[in-house]
Amino acid sequence: MNQPHDRTDPARILARTLGPDGPELSCEECFAQLDRYVELELAGGDADGAVPGMRSHLAGCPACDEDHESLLSLLGTE
Amino acid sequence: MVMPAEIPRAEPGFEAAEAPSRDLHERLNAGGPEREAAVVELHALLLKAARFEVNRRRDSLPHLRGGDHEDLAQQSADDALLAVLAKLDQFRGESRFTTWAYKFALLEAGVKVRRRAWQGREIPLEDEAWAVLADARRGVAHETETRDLIAALGEEIERSLSAHQRAVLVAVTLNDVPIDVLAERLGSNRGALYKTLHDARRKLRVALAERGLGVDGNDRPEER
Repeated sequence: MNQPHDRTDPARILARTLGPDGPELSCEECFAQLDRYVELELAGGDADGAVPGMRSHLAGCPACDEDHESLLSLLGTE
Repeated sequence: MVMPAEIPRAEPGFEAAEAPSRDLHERLNAGGPEREAAVVELHALLLKAARFEVNRRRDSLPHLRGGDHEDLAQQSADDALLAVLAKLDQFRGESRFTTWAYKFALLEAGVKVRRRAWQGREIPLEDEAWAVLADARRGVAHETETRDLIAALGEEIERSLSAHQRAVLVAVTLNDVPIDVLAERLGSNRGALYKTLHDARRKLRVALAERGLGVDGNDRPEER
């Protein structure tokens, strides 16, 4: 994890500066739904169908994405 | 404010009970010794999650000693405990209670680790971002479309965004400043800065679309 990124990679620059296309949750909505979303993911359920806008938000917000990865990893150890 | 010393701690070697987490939620809402025991159990769960997170991000804290990592985990668990207890009535049972509680500890620990990793470091100047864009353009000098898009992006960052939007977008997306670190420096919070970033991104997409450089083809000028 936390691999160094090439900050001058054009694809990365465009993805980060322009963000995801389409509707997305706010950080507050993301946090409120994160536990439910991650459990659905781990159960093989339709997490993105159940929580629309979550996937886009995780693509656009590095901090929430890290929180998501951490919860996913923690539950994966149990 | 409740000082950490007042937070009940488990005895060394204490392991959170394997009882169903719904029971823990119910016992936290009970009173007397049952609740006190449940709070100790909850703290142990939160500490487990906080240690997990600090350990995951250990590489970003090369200057810390072993005890510092444990201190960060303990502080995170203490703060998460207060947050969870204050929001118990918001638990709707849509996940296991432990999963719901863990996210508070992971959030506290993640924010603390990011802020500690940036302690004493200045937020990079916007000039650094312009250098990043210039290097990116040089790297794709033979790819006209991408080169022009990067050039237009730089122009619109300067032209279309407010000073605050530009500062947030440049710091978070081009200079890789964690949004929680930027929020602390600006006296703001993650949600507010992300809203600023989101609005800035919309503006950039619309501006590029108006120049015939839309990235996905879904941006409309009237969205501005």
